[in-house]
Amino acid sequence: MPDVIETSGLTKTYSSGRGQPGVRAVDHLDLVVPEGEVFGFLGPNGAGKTTTIRMLTGLIRPTSGSAQVLGFDLLRDITRIKKRTGMVPEASNLYDELSAFDNLVFAMQLYGVPRAERAARAEELLARFRLSDKRDTPFARLSRGMKRALTVAAALAHRPSLLFLDEPTTGLDVMSARSLRAMIAGLRDEGTSIFLTTHYLEEAERLCDQIAIVVGGRIVAQDTVSGLKASLQEEPVVEVTLARPDGRVETRRTGGGADLTGTVRSVLDELPGWQVIALNTVRPTLEDVFVKLTGLSAEAMLTEKDGKRQGNAG
Amino acid sequence: MLADDLRGMFYIGLKDLRAYYFKPPNISWGILFPFAFILAFAIRNPGDLRELVPGLLALTILFGTSSMEAIAIVFERRVGSLERLVLAPISLPALLAGKVLGGMVFGLSVTLVVLAVALTILGAGNVSWLLLLVALLLSATAFSALGAFVSVAVREVFEAQTLANFIRFPMMFLGGVFVPVAALPLALRAAARLLPLTYSVEALRAALNGEVFMAGAVDLALLLAFTIVLFGLAVCILARRLS
Repeated sequence: MPDVIETSGLTKTYSSGRGQPGVRAVDHLDLVVPEGEVFGFLGPNGAGKTTTIRMLTGLIRPTSGSAQVLGFDLLRDITRIKKRTGMVPEASNLYDELSAFDNLVFAMQLYGVPRAERAARAEELLARFRLSDKRDTPFARLSRGMKRALTVAAALAHRPSLLFLDEPTTGLDVMSARSLRAMIAGLRDEGTSIFLTTHYLEEAERLCDQIAIVVGGRIVAQDTVSGLKASLQEEPVVEVTLARPDGRVETRRTGGGADLTGTVRSVLDELPGWQVIALNTVRPTLEDVFVKLTGLSAEAMLTEKDGKRQGNAG
Repeated sequence: MLADDLRGMFYIGLKDLRAYYFKPPNISWGILFPFAFILAFAIRNPGDLRELVPGLLALTILFGTSSMEAIAIVFERRVGSLERLVLAPISLPALLAGKVLGGMVFGLSVTLVVLAVALTILGAGNVSWLLLLVALLLSATAFSALGAFVSVAVREVFEAQTLANFIRFPMMFLGGVFVPVAALPLALRAAARLLPLTYSVEALRAALNGEVFMAGAVDLALLLAFTIVLFGLAVCILARRLS
């Protein structure tokens, strides 16, 4: 299967002002994204995920390095790349004043979809994203979930081969997020390649065929979900359920190794008076892989993200 | 490539007209504001009202094109929707030209209403129509490019309004709208020569006085030069801001 994205030493350094050293957001990124897959790009805040997307879609120029997107050179053929890609940014950014239908038609006008196809394509997308009854509603008056769905629809209006999704389900309620995930899976099944950034590890595990974990602008691991988990197989995780002296029950996870007896003994040595009531060897999750590679817990990443969002909102 | 740019420019202009310009408050502001100024001046200095028409037209174009244009880009940058245009397969100059086109068409539309009212009341007389048409077109383009320049030069919407007024109000009083440039003190006369409104008023006056096309040729050439400089600056600034 051909690759839709191939980068070599892709680097972006942001200027920090006169006399200040620049901030390197993406640092010699070497990335290969196969066609027809959902490719997850995971990392903590400031890891360079959004900067990478912004470079690959032509919003900003790389400081150095090279990239091929859909077989076209990023620096020389950016117009060809733009015609064949779609992007959904982290914040829904259609035009408040235009209706759902008009926003889709405008997206098609910009990308040169023939006039004769526009209305039918817009109706088709509205139906697909369950927005037909909001056809004439201004974007500003849609719910957050509907705005998100319409922003994805607008990115698909010109039938791109490659879709970039930057934190698509952030801020959505459970039902809207679930619906959007189903749409993403459906797009992959239809052959659209998807480059997805998310900080929801469960979402990445469920949706992605391959995942790259990026820290400090560099990729620290890239593999299938099962491949990443397999990298931790040598260290089985042991889940110990314990009864505290006061009768309450608590579960702890610990790296086990092969010596289960020794593992349990070391847990109990730390917790005198506690009793083991259950013991399980569990398969590592993507979260375990992420924690090992980044040194950051999934909860910490979510907290960081929420903090950033509140900061932005303020 | 060129076809992509022309198509993008046309639809961005059309989208801006629908989303921002042709709204009742904007239309009434675009027409009433210059009328109010001219009316106040005419009441204070009663005389030949025909003398005020070129200034009235120039002011209408200036405010019609630049009021919304000055905030359109900075607003879209703030809310993130400008990114949609940057992602489209068109060049940055085409994107900005689309923005300028929207302001230009709106400014011309309200100015044609004002022109129709003025000519109905005062009579068409001996108008040089070709010169009038070209003067209106070039004035609208230059002032819309001015609006685009203001909009990319600032970071916040309120800054755009402040900067636009900082440029427009001195221009209004020095550009020959109320007082002929020739009647100004020497230093102010020199300053007036640096303002696009001066050339717009002069070209429109020549057209309404029925002078030959060449009588306004220098003014038209300078309006074109202002358009090129302001548009070029706007493209450079926006390119730097986006990177």
